[in-house]
Amino acid sequence: MTRIDIAPSDRGPRSGNAVEVRGIVKHYGETKALDGVDLTVRQGTVLGVLGPNGAGKTTLVRVLSTLVKPDAGTAYVGGYDVLRQPRQLRRTIGLTGQYASVDELLSGYENLYLIGRLLDLPAKEAKARATELLERFSLTEAAKRPAKTYSGGMRRRLDLAASMIGRPRVLYLDEPTTGLDPRTRNEVWDEVQRMVAEGSTVLLTTQYMEEAEQLAHGLTVIDRGRVIASGGVSELKTQVGGRTLHVTPAHTAELPEMARCLHEAGLTAATVSEDAGVLTVQLADDEQLTTVVGVLGTRSFGIASIDTKLPSLDEVFLAITAKPAVTAAPTPAKETVA
Amino acid sequence: MTTAIAYETSDPRIGPGAHLRHVGALTRRNLMRIKADPESILDAVLVPIILTVLFSYVFGGAVSGDQHTYIQYMIPGLLGTTGLNLAMAVGTGLNSDFQTGVMDRFRTLPIGRASVLLSKIAAETLRCLLSFTILIGFAMVLGLEIKTDPLQLLAAVGLSLLFGMSVVWISMLLGMSLRSAQAVQGVSMMVMMPLQFGSSIFAPTNSMPGWLQSFTHYNPLSALADACRALINGQGAVAHPVTVVLLWSVAITAVTAPLAVARFRRRA
Ligand SMILES: Nc1ncnc2c1ncn2[C@@H]1O[C@H](COP(=O)(O)OP(=O)(O)OP(=O)(O)O)[C@@H](O)[C@H]1O
Ligand SMILES: [Mg+2]
Repeated sequence: MTRIDIAPSDRGPRSGNAVEVRGIVKHYGETKALDGVDLTVRQGTVLGVLGPNGAGKTTLVRVLSTLVKPDAGTAYVGGYDVLRQPRQLRRTIGLTGQYASVDELLSGYENLYLIGRLLDLPAKEAKARATELLERFSLTEAAKRPAKTYSGGMRRRLDLAASMIGRPRVLYLDEPTTGLDPRTRNEVWDEVQRMVAEGSTVLLTTQYMEEAEQLAHGLTVIDRGRVIASGGVSELKTQVGGRTLHVTPAHTAELPEMARCLHEAGLTAATVSEDAGVLTVQLADDEQLTTVVGVLGTRSFGIASIDTKLPSLDEVFLAITAKPAVTAAPTPAKETVA
Repeated sequence: MTTAIAYETSDPRIGPGAHLRHVGALTRRNLMRIKADPESILDAVLVPIILTVLFSYVFGGAVSGDQHTYIQYMIPGLLGTTGLNLAMAVGTGLNSDFQTGVMDRFRTLPIGRASVLLSKIAAETLRCLLSFTILIGFAMVLGLEIKTDPLQLLAAVGLSLLFGMSVVWISMLLGMSLRSAQAVQGVSMMVMMPLQFGSSIFAPTNSMPGWLQSFTHYNPLSALADACRALINGQGAVAHPVTVVLLWSVAITAVTAPLAVARFRRRA
């Protein structure tokens, strides 16, 4: 094994980063699946990759798993070059693809045992590891049944177990909980957190903001093959504008008056939708929520319902793509009220 | 930033021992798939029986005058056909394997890129041997005589197997190059039909028109049929047809195996 010392440069992996992607490009004819993606995942952390359908998430994961050769750019995983050290890289990673990749004719146990053997585990160890993971993913009862008799959620769990057999240092999960019931989703989350606690690094693509919040330390949003935002979870959410408060008054006629009072109290972000009969306030912080409740309470407005919502992935996403407009736009509330 | 960092630039190959273990584990998988879906082995069992019955009773009288003479003539040639039939079906199976995602999993594992294909060859060898055993056994019930010795019979089986396995590489290459399993099946048929019937397997070639005779002359299946006939019936030259079959098998493997192995990683 050659070990060479070099000064840090654009080409080499920087220590501390489990995944380092620079300018990765992959075009399919006219489709720019990846159009110059840069991202890094620090050792031992979870990066959530968000993006709408067709954004390029799966293509990115496939490039990082040596399944797809990029047209340009460099990528290092665990210090190994995707293009030049594919064999070493494959020892480092585990992949749960977007679509199940279990052998339908084999039992759950045999699927896992086979992968253990292909990862060079001795027979005894492969056996023990398969049994252990079946247990952890609540598949022990179905262990001997062919995978084709499994439900969608069971297949997904088996797939996840398969990607964890070799205790990979870097784990890719491409929409791991799509189609899972809430309990199973929690099991998967627990298992991912456990892997991270044991020192693994995870790159997770998801459509669920909740999942990203539960698991991810950092987020990267991609769209049309480009990174359009990245940062910590809270960072990104504040960027988007935090929570939204919805107030439905008992009497729709009071809506303009409610909005006026809130404006006077300094909540200029209050907007009214007369059609829906709802007052909406973008909350910058918790204090504003207290202010709203206080103002509406002292004036004894009749309130039918009041609730706060975190931005959905859609809202985060839409807000980020429209970001220049969002920060620059003056509040339209005045016109609405007038 | 002046700190120097160290990292490996090498990518050690997978050793022969590990290679063997991987192929072994994958072969076990292939065999377990057969066990889970026994119908998939029906062709290996039934094809030799059906072909034997069909050809000895339907064409036997017309070609050789009597059924017994025809069995003795045709069965050695059927070894080659049976192998070819089984071999050409491999690509179809491989194509469906790729449509399920299992191959993606294998391609992200640190195994040699030939392992999956070699494990197919290993499982196919066993299927072929089963099929050959049924063919010879059934034909012997119908009156086939081994006029030479068991060793030469084994040589005939080995030669047919070798040729069959070289064809498996063609089939796997087709299976990974064409889009759908149906397309693979269609193209396979187009390759197989003229090869089988434009050969000396079913009928002596001297009754064929001149252009067809030249085709059959260079058809490896003719050489295979002639070689097996010589090895089982003890008539005719052995060395020449055997050499021709060996050369063909090596040539086909040398050309298509590397292409198939390269294709295995590249297929998206
Ligand atoms: N093999 C391929 N051939 C042609 N186009 C492809 C191929 N793979 C992906 N694409 C295209 O590249 C783009 C990105 O696809 P990708 O699957 O990476 O998106 P995604 O972000 O994973 O979407 P989703 O959320 O729907 O899973 C899409 O427009 C897709 O049609
Ligand atoms: Mg996807």
